[in-house]
Amino acid sequence: MKVGYPQALLYYKYFPLWETFFDRLGAEVVLSGSTNKGLLSSGTIEAENELCLPVKVFYGHLLALADKVDTIFVPRIVSVEKSAYTCPKFMGLPDMARATETGLPPIMDPTINWKLGWRQYAQTIIELGRNFTDSKAKIFGAYNAGVKSLHQYQDKIAAGATPLDIIEGKEAPRAGVAELKIGLAGHPYNIYDKYISMNLVKRLREMGAEVVTAEMIPHRELEREARTLPKHLFWTYEREVVGTAFHWSRRNSVDGIIYVLAFPCGPDSLIQSLLEHEMRREGSTVPMMSLVIDEHSAEGGFLTRIEAFVDMISRKKKLAGRAVN
Amino acid sequence: MLLTFPQMGHVEQLIGDILQRLDIDYMPPPRTTAKTLALGTKHAPEFSCLPLKLNIGNFIEAMEAGADTLLMAGGRGPCRFGYYAELEERVLRDAGYDFTMVTIEPPTLGIAKFVRPIKRVSGKSTRQIWRALKEGFPKARGFDMLEKRVLETRCYELKLGDTTRAHKEAMAILSRAKAPAEIEGAIEAGMRLIDGVACDRDQPVLKIGIVGEFFILLEPFVNFDIEEWLGNRGVLVSRSVYITDWIGPSTKNPVTGTSDAELTELARPYLGHFVGGEGLPSVAHTILYANEGFDGVVHMFPFTCMPDTIAKAIIPRVSRDSDIPVIHFTIDEQTGKAGVATRLEAFVDLLASRRRAKAKGAACKVS
Repeated sequence: MKVGYPQALLYYKYFPLWETFFDRLGAEVVLSGSTNKGLLSSGTIEAENELCLPVKVFYGHLLALADKVDTIFVPRIVSVEKSAYTCPKFMGLPDMARATETGLPPIMDPTINWKLGWRQYAQTIIELGRNFTDSKAKIFGAYNAGVKSLHQYQDKIAAGATPLDIIEGKEAPRAGVAELKIGLAGHPYNIYDKYISMNLVKRLREMGAEVVTAEMIPHRELEREARTLPKHLFWTYEREVVGTAFHWSRRNSVDGIIYVLAFPCGPDSLIQSLLEHEMRREGSTVPMMSLVIDEHSAEGGFLTRIEAFVDMISRKKKLAGRAVN
Repeated sequence: MLLTFPQMGHVEQLIGDILQRLDIDYMPPPRTTAKTLALGTKHAPEFSCLPLKLNIGNFIEAMEAGADTLLMAGGRGPCRFGYYAELEERVLRDAGYDFTMVTIEPPTLGIAKFVRPIKRVSGKSTRQIWRALKEGFPKARGFDMLEKRVLETRCYELKLGDTTRAHKEAMAILSRAKAPAEIEGAIEAGMRLIDGVACDRDQPVLKIGIVGEFFILLEPFVNFDIEEWLGNRGVLVSRSVYITDWIGPSTKNPVTGTSDAELTELARPYLGHFVGGEGLPSVAHTILYANEGFDGVVHMFPFTCMPDTIAKAIIPRVSRDSDIPVIHFTIDEQTGKAGVATRLEAFVDLLASRRRAKAKGAACKVS
């Protein structure tokens, strides 16, 4: 059986798990390929026009798989921890996919909901595996192998490679040699999608900056930082963004933060304002720039802003160095 | 201490009544106007949703009129509304206002988080608070029931405006009622007033259901008074959300009469999981209206609203399968009344001609 796996949204977070899982169960995993102009425009045409950029991109990836596979894997990810949800769009994703008029193959949509506890989760995995085999042992074997490769992936990221480096099979540049260190905050599907982020990671590296991201900070640490908010933030992935920004700003461990957000992201619309307020209140001296991307973003304007930001923080750093001397 | 809260439809009667029962000094913000919207848009995050912007505008206007304590509801997600209070407090402090924020979390996050803030501002015991809620809630439901009756009456009225006048009078009677027995009497009296409006109940009317996001459906300033607009043109209107259904502890939704469980079942073939806010109810009610033989559905929600944008992506499929026309209105600070009215007129015309064509088709079949 050919299982289509759209390289969009939470793909960047969990792909080693599911790729290994399907592979071990004897399925052939077909990827949709990286985002490009044609894919984005087909997604934008098909998707409801008020959806956010990453979901429109996702539609493009669905369409790219349509004629190539027997089924498309679109998990319904409701929650990945007890105390929080994901974004509502992830909860309705399979249904939105089914509502398209394009005659997609059947959607394989296990409901991942950790709020219901691990027993329910195990049940979901078994049901998903039943599409391929009747042997529970085989299903769990495949799942455990998946978890193992997910951990390997996470270890590589913790060591300084971005998910993009790993997907492309490249080595991460050596840490600590670059003059500037820039923290990239935001959702993985915005940052690591080379097309919609206009190759931000590569561009920053070319400007002589070392790029660090949320995945390089231990999860427990992110959690501790985010927990300093007076009210528990009920979106897991946004809590990671907040924790990341706090981690860098409170330790002064980067020279600047670029927060990439997609128009019109619901949670990020609030988080942006929340972060700006909190960092100002704490007297943070780390500059932060918000970059809002959408399907109309033009490379020229985007590049100018990044260059200006990098110039500004490198001048700030030089001045600070001179003051010390 | 002078407490205030955001405007939304007749929420003023509901919260005001409970605050009176708890002897709390309060002042509702001035009614929402274009100025409120301008203030909110200026201070709120750029692509946050319209209700947040209007809340902020309401709070600013209320504080300028003397209020110093802001009452707001919390929430547990996944809709943005659950984090509104946190954001509003920060935005208003950044704008230089000094105030106390009182956030009441839903009891599902722990009874203490619900009761403690009310205790703090009122100085009353849990028992007294419980009693105020228990006595105030049926009154609030009364307002909803009156509203529902008005929507079913206005389309038949002989003289334009009679129903609206009767509604105002009925609301005034109910506002004055305090004790449980009085409330019951006032609801009955109000219903009699509305039922007493001179009507021609035999005239054929179009039936339109309104689904969508809670705030937009309840606040006439942002929905351009769509219910009255349609009613005045002889359309029977049914609304899918009422405030007491929404905040009430029961999942049975006594005002609309369709329980949450039934809604989940109805939506299942199209939307297999709740998505926060009114995403699932919007889909389910569209199906329900189609099943009940309504002529069309109006779907309204704020621009960037996550749950209802999902619904908007799914409802076209429901519309195709159930053969019911649906028009979507995405509302933000740029939306103009004339544009909405023009589209609505066209929609109503279309529904009318559809019905004529159907009647003709049926007649042809018979002959």
